[in-house]
Amino acid sequence: MKTQALREVFGETLVELGAQYPNLVVMDGDLANSTKADKFEVAYPERFLEMGIAEQNLMGAAAGLSTLGLIPWISSFAVFLTHRAADPLRMLVAQTHANVKIGAAYAGLLTGYTGKTHQDVEDLAIVRAMPEMVVLAPADAVEARAMMHWATAYIGPVYLRLARDPSPVLFKEDYVFEPGRVIRLKEGADVALVSTGVQTPRTLEAARLLKKEGVHATVLHVGSIKPLNETELVEAVGEAALVVTTEEHNVYGGLGGLVAEVLSAHNPKRVVRIGIQDVFGESAPNEFLLEQHGLSPPKIAQRVLEEVR
Amino acid sequence: MKAYADLEALARKGRYLVLKTVHHSGAGHIGGPLSAMEMLIALYFNVLNIRPEDPLWEDRDRFILSKGHSAIGLYVVMALRGYFPLEELATFDKGNSRLQGHPDMTRLPGLDASTGSLGQGLSFGVGIALGAKLKGKTFHTFVMLGDGEIQEGMVWEAVNTARKYRLGNLTALLDWNGLQQYGWRGQGRGDRRDPWDDADPRQIFQAFGWRVREIDGHAFDQIIAACTEARAAAAEGVPTVIVAHTIKGKGLSFTEGKHAWHSKVPTREELEQARKELGIEGEEALA
Repeated sequence: MKTQALREVFGETLVELGAQYPNLVVMDGDLANSTKADKFEVAYPERFLEMGIAEQNLMGAAAGLSTLGLIPWISSFAVFLTHRAADPLRMLVAQTHANVKIGAAYAGLLTGYTGKTHQDVEDLAIVRAMPEMVVLAPADAVEARAMMHWATAYIGPVYLRLARDPSPVLFKEDYVFEPGRVIRLKEGADVALVSTGVQTPRTLEAARLLKKEGVHATVLHVGSIKPLNETELVEAVGEAALVVTTEEHNVYGGLGGLVAEVLSAHNPKRVVRIGIQDVFGESAPNEFLLEQHGLSPPKIAQRVLEEVR
Repeated sequence: MKAYADLEALARKGRYLVLKTVHHSGAGHIGGPLSAMEMLIALYFNVLNIRPEDPLWEDRDRFILSKGHSAIGLYVVMALRGYFPLEELATFDKGNSRLQGHPDMTRLPGLDASTGSLGQGLSFGVGIALGAKLKGKTFHTFVMLGDGEIQEGMVWEAVNTARKYRLGNLTALLDWNGLQQYGWRGQGRGDRRDPWDDADPRQIFQAFGWRVREIDGHAFDQIIAACTEARAAAAEGVPTVIVAHTIKGKGLSFTEGKHAWHSKVPTREELEQARKELGIEGEEALA
């Protein structure tokens, strides 16, 4: 299976969008060579603003700049944008419905041996709880690019959760992003697996492993954390007796919480939440971390088998 | 352009309206709006290139009240300048009002920023000034900071960035009234210690490469001259800070230099005393 890193597609798509939108500006927090926004600096040096190591100011300045009809895309790590800059994000971006696009790179567990300081596994909870915010978590490079195109055309604040390392490409090149959509990747009657971000390809793989064991899973991808078409989610889960959510995020306040909220209101059923069990991570190889937190395909499959048998 | 005598009269009326509105709504701040009153009047009547009848005019100068809790002072001056009727001040802090406890740009056209969490306005101003340069706009951006507020680290991130991008089109006014909400025990210029009695903010701005001008923040000629000079020097690419020496609660015998008047609702008697001290006539009785 073809793989591609979301950060690569982030940089390439910024360049693409820069050609399409002469008012698009990239504002970086001294990480452009990690997030790959440096590609934009090469293409459009006059529209690349290095804001240094000062994320609160970066966030606030982006909001101010957007009032002049410019479209700032922010480049930094998720952890600095949603934690350190949470206050200006809330006050100056969300509360003013600023037209600021937040490229939150290195979200989730797999941040390249940086450890718990850099692993943002609380971002979805934080940003989703802020009114006015759109929160997106693409499954692959194709969806990331489509979301960036949609976000740039949309007027208002968007948080885009990006992962560092290469992951499998699931969608075809003609994929068009629609906010709120729940995407059914696989159909099966025994269990509904719901996932977001680059955890989705792993969840799909888990479903293949389950099939070998005679368990048939529906796999749903929720790339649009907010807004979410709740009716679509309820219908997509259908009659499945068991729902299992999987995410590179704390099980508090992330996708699992979201799915439990929606189903409890419209079609209550048992929801098992696989994810970070309210602990901080550590620096280790990706495979180790995924195993540790039960997020590798075999671990997910094993957990589902325990639940259904 | 208003003559100094008119500006003085406007400042007296502005002070009275601040007290009256806070008395009426039963909440709000007094000390900060009074220390900033001359600067706000000077900006809105003589300095800013604005069109109250067209508040979103693209080429207007921008003003950001970073010390957002002084909102009532800004609303009073905007009303006096004709952005909205004086009667609307009665809606301050009431449900569905455009006059929120802290400035909300999504509700009131003419507010160039939303503020209220201290230390953020200068960053917003940096973004506007940067955007203006990118778009080839020549308007000026003014940001008013409090001397308590500049304890926030984010302010210094913005100060550093403004130098880096040579934002001569950005001017900060520091309302150095020497008191914050509570502050440190001891005697300063008011009844508590001045937050900057043991370090000099002028030197800090200077070390960051800003042009520093020092004025009496209650003297209209000095305020206007400093703002005009800052605007004229914009092309030099050096951001300016106008350090304004002010008195918190200025203008009333019972509020001057008293930290307790940071946010306190004046009684009917205090309001009446303010009316007399300020020489306000013809103001209708309060409900």
